[in-house]
Amino acid sequence: MKMKYVSIAALLAAALASPTALAQKTIKIGNTNPYSGPASAYGTIGKTIGAYWKMVNEKGGINGRMVEWISYDDGYSPPKTVEMARRLVEQDQVLLIFQSLGTPPNSAIHKYMNAKKVPHLFVATGATKWNDPKSYPWTMGWQPNYQTEGRIYAEHILKNNPKAKIGVLYQNDDYGKDYLKGFKDGLGDKVSMIVKEVSYEVADPTVDSQMVQLQASGADTFFNITTPKFAAQAIRKAYDSGWKPTHYLNNVSASIGSVLKPAGLEKAVGLISTQYIKDPLDEQWKNDASVNEWKAFMGKYYPDGNLADASNIYGYTVAQTMHQVLKQAGNDLSRANIMKQAANLKNFRPETLLPGIRINTSATDFAPIESEQLIRFDGKEWKRFGAILGK
Amino acid sequence: MIVVALVLLAACMLPFVVSNYRTFQFTLALVYAIALLGLNMLTGYNGQISLGHGAFYAIGAYTAAILMDQYGVPYWATIPAAAVVCLIAGFLFGLPALRLEGLYLALATFALAVSLPALLKYHHLEQWTGGVQGIVLLKPDAPFGLPLNPDQWLYFFTLAITVLMFVLAWNILRGRMGHAMVAIRDQHIAAEAMGIHTAMVKSMTFGISAMYTGIAGALGAIAIQFVAPDSFNIFVSIMLLVGVVIGGLASISGAIYGALFIQFVPNIADAISKAAPWAIFGIFLLGFVYVMPMGIAGAVRMAVARLTRKAQNQAAKP
Repeated sequence: MKMKYVSIAALLAAALASPTALAQKTIKIGNTNPYSGPASAYGTIGKTIGAYWKMVNEKGGINGRMVEWISYDDGYSPPKTVEMARRLVEQDQVLLIFQSLGTPPNSAIHKYMNAKKVPHLFVATGATKWNDPKSYPWTMGWQPNYQTEGRIYAEHILKNNPKAKIGVLYQNDDYGKDYLKGFKDGLGDKVSMIVKEVSYEVADPTVDSQMVQLQASGADTFFNITTPKFAAQAIRKAYDSGWKPTHYLNNVSASIGSVLKPAGLEKAVGLISTQYIKDPLDEQWKNDASVNEWKAFMGKYYPDGNLADASNIYGYTVAQTMHQVLKQAGNDLSRANIMKQAANLKNFRPETLLPGIRINTSATDFAPIESEQLIRFDGKEWKRFGAILGK
Repeated sequence: MIVVALVLLAACMLPFVVSNYRTFQFTLALVYAIALLGLNMLTGYNGQISLGHGAFYAIGAYTAAILMDQYGVPYWATIPAAAVVCLIAGFLFGLPALRLEGLYLALATFALAVSLPALLKYHHLEQWTGGVQGIVLLKPDAPFGLPLNPDQWLYFFTLAITVLMFVLAWNILRGRMGHAMVAIRDQHIAAEAMGIHTAMVKSMTFGISAMYTGIAGALGAIAIQFVAPDSFNIFVSIMLLVGVVIGGLASISGAIYGALFIQFVPNIADAISKAAPWAIFGIFLLGFVYVMPMGIAGAVRMAVARLTRKAQNQAAKP
């Protein structure tokens, strides 16, 4: 009986000890992912990352320490994310939270993570607000943010068709406005090239009337800032109405399976979008060492995972970035040092990124990937063209 | 009475023995208990099915959030405001909707719950609702220099309101109003013949029920410190209905059991299987429905009845 009390006391003491002291033996990484609910298709990212840490541990861990991956389901529901983030930080005492997914869920814990001073790293959303080291020094994004991408299209239009008359269709929310802001910033003093901008609501049944307005404005270039369902409608309408502008489609909807096929592949020929990770279905990477390495990893550690799902190679790539930060941190696994190292990535390259794209961060730059390459759809697949654009 | 006192005592001790995170979870369970009590009045006592109480939960949450964020109203003052707003909203929605019976009412309320998140994103309302971004709130500190951290304080604040709402419900339900509700559920023609103003009682019940759920929503928003349209999808409404049925229809204590169920069982399910958390949740649900067809409250009542009968038999034997 006495022994029992002693062990309970020991457990309590351990629970009360500082998290960094615990983290010395294992590295506890927390995460929330939508394994259920409307966004559950993204849940595979959490599984890929879990498989990645399993591989790392089998190869001896990071600087001799094992990684413990604790990932909870938040169903893409912000209140659940708050509950799970608190569980991770206060109960599981994780060193950091990595790749929590979705803009609303991350917004819900943004303040909390910064008040608790727990690293909130490489969040899985493209919003620009994660790059704000002054107000939120504990939060960092990863993928190219929407403004960056908007600027890249502007850059391309200015270079190739400086006389273009541009029509913009955007979703009326922070995501759509983020893209539009980046695009306008990119056009700079040429912003008057935009002859018409129209928006739609997520609740709208179609964007047909908006497309008619854009066509009537006399625009010859179309920037399409829409989510998959509306993107498919817009692509179809732009073709069927005989408008056929130079068509830029945001990366959010660049999926062949869920957007271009429903719209009709022949109607999508010539579409321009962006890419920053190698597409495993692309023929040209058939003999690429990094893609094959990823395929072997999937076969061994995540055999249920779908090789055609871009989320899986994404998870693998972002996990390598986290791995690099932990390697750089060495034996100083304090939360402050983790943030310092995350903000000190210099020309880091997970090889599954497109050639030429590098990850750079600094104390004032919390946007890891800031360049992308343009791609054009040829009726069968996306083909990369031109140089790497962006920073 | 003794049982109630013991439960209350245990509830007061709780935040001092468990972690802040657990305290936060129990705060949420109390919040759900208030919402379930409201829905139970409507569904359990009055026999009307609502698939849309998540909407009132959201209205309560947004009322609190907007008042705090835009007008600097202190958090405690937003609770009565949310109550009034939801009482009126519920009553007004109840007036026309109550011409609909049973499943048709369920569909009408369902429509409300489905459309509300889209409405919250509507750009003309954005200056108040914050659109998809939602509204971030600050956590209240304990007043009067009480030696409590914010989580503990919020727990006691919620507990006090929960007790108040339960006492209020108990009074309503054993009074004239409560009997009228039950009479309408069981025999609405007979009830009308007895002189009960059916439409009025039904609308009032809807209003009170919405008020309870709205208060819960406001408390939930303060505890979570964040509201966004994605927080209030149709699933919230369905979970509330699940909680009412699992806890026990037409039972006040059932609200507490149901709240504990919807707060903790999904977490247990997630711990058992990442691949199919909702399948595990479904198994739990089926298990409860089969083993306790009258809800947890019904099962407890039967167990107590059986024990006292046994005790009486034993006492009668010699």
